[in-house]
Amino acid sequence: MLRLAGRKSEVDVMEKKRDYSLVGESTRIAIETGLASAEWYHTDVPRKAMKELMQRSDGPAIRDTIIWIVAILGSAAGIAWFWGTWWVVPFLLVYGVLYGSSSDSRWHECGHGTAFRTRWMNDAVYQIASFMLMRNPVTWRWSHARHHTDTIIVGRDAEIAVMRPPDLLRAALAFTGVLDFRYSLPTLVRNAFGSISPDEKSFIPEMELHKVVTAARWHVAIYVAAIGLALYLWSFLPLVLIGLPRLYGSWHMVLTGLLQHIGLADNVTDHRLNTRTVYMNPISRFIYWNMNYHVEHHMFPMVPYHALPRLHELIKHDLPEPNPSMWHAYREVWPVLLKQLQYEDYFLKRELPPTARPYRDEFHALTVPAAAE
Amino acid sequence: MADWVEACGVDDVEEEDVIRFDHGGRTFAIYRSPDDEYFATDGYCTHEKAHLADGLVMDDIIECPKHNGRFNYKTGVARGAPVCVNLATYPVKVEAGKVMIQIG
Repeated sequence: MLRLAGRKSEVDVMEKKRDYSLVGESTRIAIETGLASAEWYHTDVPRKAMKELMQRSDGPAIRDTIIWIVAILGSAAGIAWFWGTWWVVPFLLVYGVLYGSSSDSRWHECGHGTAFRTRWMNDAVYQIASFMLMRNPVTWRWSHARHHTDTIIVGRDAEIAVMRPPDLLRAALAFTGVLDFRYSLPTLVRNAFGSISPDEKSFIPEMELHKVVTAARWHVAIYVAAIGLALYLWSFLPLVLIGLPRLYGSWHMVLTGLLQHIGLADNVTDHRLNTRTVYMNPISRFIYWNMNYHVEHHMFPMVPYHALPRLHELIKHDLPEPNPSMWHAYREVWPVLLKQLQYEDYFLKRELPPTARPYRDEFHALTVPAAAE
Repeated sequence: MADWVEACGVDDVEEEDVIRFDHGGRTFAIYRSPDDEYFATDGYCTHEKAHLADGLVMDDIIECPKHNGRFNYKTGVARGAPVCVNLATYPVKVEAGKVMIQIG
């Protein structure tokens, strides 16, 4: 669900082994070799247990959303109250993360329709979170469907955050939100003027394209109103509250989101090979709505965020050992990224426990020459 | 004339649940609603090739396990992105404890 600052240009990718455009050579290869829309590995879970895990409930998400809204409004009030003094800083930190980071997980879960049982509640939070993230709610619904169909399949997945060879400067800048801001805002404006790129057209059905334009126009209209209010008040405050948190508050989204797939295999059909589960502290898990159980989420996207810890307990015998912390995960990833600078096929192949069903090498022969275990 | 085919026993599918039924090289989904009625649709989601029988039944909705696309399984109507194409439905009757579906 994390994408860094748009796609590389065609000129960029033509010189590289992997073509990350969604209408290029890698796309053709993925379709021809059956990697696109493939059947993926799933851990066996009895239907009765899975049915129980999939059950929807409004309770947990209503509770979390009330806490979320109260914290957002409270910190916004603190910013307004202390505006012009140094006391504003802690409120900016809290507000920024709630606005620029926790909105990502709300966007994600409500986009799947799993957070609440009641559909309109999912839709309402999805629209609000999309706005906070400067994401077109229509485009991103479809790009995320593609991400689940073709997770980290080069030329198919529209949400590959770190491409190979990794651009470490771009990854580092992502923590500031600058690159994403630079990509998201012009994209919204472009969509608002009716322009849909070939990449967007590759995963959005034609009958939905007009909705992309309508949604973008609403977003742009609100930003224009915020700018107008800032000019009227002759104060940055409206923009600090609307729009700019996407810059100063997205660091936690990047911190957690980067770990989802970075350094792991691409072009495989087993989420155990390309996705990572990381144990996290309770605050990060609240902000991230349990998406640290990311292998579990990709294998079974029907399971709501509040049931993911239970799913994890049920299937962990079949998954690689989770990273015990974000720090551990980044320490594991760093040398892999450095090696990928020299040799982009290199990746981290995580060891399975003896209780797990082995990786099906015959399905992954297309990847892979070098893996670190 | 379409044939009536035995899909399963009435107790093979739990209330508010779905099972898969394969016949003649095709796959179907057989539903039992919360008010104990039976319904049948195509087995694959119209968005991408995923078995709806692995999904979740809530009231009169079947949710696809792959992308959470939703259909009304009684009418086949798609209920929003990422599903845009309706699902084919089939007539169902219950006879002597068996669920029969009419396949065209």
